[in-house]
Amino acid sequence: MSSKKESFLGTLSFVVVVCLVCAALVSVSAVQLKPLQTANKLLDKQTKILEAAGLLEIGTKNGIVPTYNKFVEAKMIDLATGEYVDGNPDFFDERRDARDVSKSVKPQNDIAGINRQAKQAVVYFVRNGAGEVDTVILPIVGSGLWDLMYGFIGLEADMNTVKSVIYSDHKETPGLGAEVLNPKWKALWPGKKMFNEQNEVAIKIVKGGAKAGDIHGVDALSGATLTSNGVERTIHFWLGEEGYGPFIKASLAKELN
Amino acid sequence: MSDNSAKKVLTQPIVDNNPIALQVLGICSALAVTSSMANALVMTLAVVLVTAFSNLFISIIRNHIPSSVRIIVQMAIIASLVIVVDQVLKAFSYQLSKELSVFVGLIITNCIVMGRAEAFAMKEKPVVSFMDGIGNGLGYGVILMVVAFFRELFGFGTLFGKTVLPLVQNDGWYQANGLLVLPFSSFFIIGLVIWAIRQWKPEQVEKD
Repeated sequence: MSSKKESFLGTLSFVVVVCLVCAALVSVSAVQLKPLQTANKLLDKQTKILEAAGLLEIGTKNGIVPTYNKFVEAKMIDLATGEYVDGNPDFFDERRDARDVSKSVKPQNDIAGINRQAKQAVVYFVRNGAGEVDTVILPIVGSGLWDLMYGFIGLEADMNTVKSVIYSDHKETPGLGAEVLNPKWKALWPGKKMFNEQNEVAIKIVKGGAKAGDIHGVDALSGATLTSNGVERTIHFWLGEEGYGPFIKASLAKELN
Repeated sequence: MSDNSAKKVLTQPIVDNNPIALQVLGICSALAVTSSMANALVMTLAVVLVTAFSNLFISIIRNHIPSSVRIIVQMAIIASLVIVVDQVLKAFSYQLSKELSVFVGLIITNCIVMGRAEAFAMKEKPVVSFMDGIGNGLGYGVILMVVAFFRELFGFGTLFGKTVLPLVQNDGWYQANGLLVLPFSSFFIIGLVIWAIRQWKPEQVEKD
């Protein structure tokens, strides 16, 4: 037996059988678990969007998915024109589009350090009980200290007053940059104004702490200057001309519905 | 290791022949995943499962594996198991898998898994190999949990995410230790653990 198993054919057939068994095991588990994984991903995203909309409490009480479906509406836009475009927001993947040369552009003034930017984006409208849009949620991405940070900014219907800045995916240093997720820091944002009277992006992150009553200033994260700079540049980029600027102008020109 | 009773192979790796503390294997992932106890626990479970089942399967087919390709066959089995564990984690514990995904993939290169396959499962019967896998996974996990306990408690003031020491930035009194938040601090803790074990069991000290 020992001579047979060491022969060329014996070895080859053994390896083939092992490979087939292993491949079958891996494919079965991947295919079987796919629906659960997709549902998890979606749930994670919807949770973050509800948090950005300030509806997380209702969401945890009544279930994330029903709350999301009740209050939130996603729409695809073209970033360059700011107009709505056709397309299913559920199938849109900003990271996949950003890697696709035909579906992305290289920003002229890449202050957020993202290198390539998807041409389209999904924006989320959150309606209050009376059916009026009270929050618009815009996905953002930009470099932090270590890697790209993905998140959402929530703006009130005037497209200026901040409702929230929520990061969903980042790789910043625990205890320092990762404090972007600290509830106390997130609580500094609501009520701040993104734009000044000249309609320029005026929000800034102030090292050492913003002055009381400064409607454009937010305290920097202590010990995380590079992460704080990244957050400021990310917001400036996405609210500027190459980001949601055209969309914000177009939305303010007409009713938000 | 003359006597390979099931109980012995299960319990021996926990202190007497610990894969991290005595054999100093698997240090890389022990640094990376020990910033919180929840991460360490999930990583422990993943390694226990992979080591146990890779030992089991390799032991079942040990008499048929041609010796010229035995390492690559072991790798194929281990890699498949790791992928399955990663998929299960993504399906049932998405938050943790987001933090652990890279390191779960790296279980393939964890020396403990392959070391046990080559050193134990290739020679022993399936059941006892399975036990040996569980034992070594647990031995790895015990050290992981000890390191994670100190790092999470003193680095973040929490245990399993529950606040134990209220942090200054949340209006508490505890100034977090920034060193323990960073992965390399595990070197100090693992070093101290090895020292403590060798004080307790002096026979582990190498003779020059």
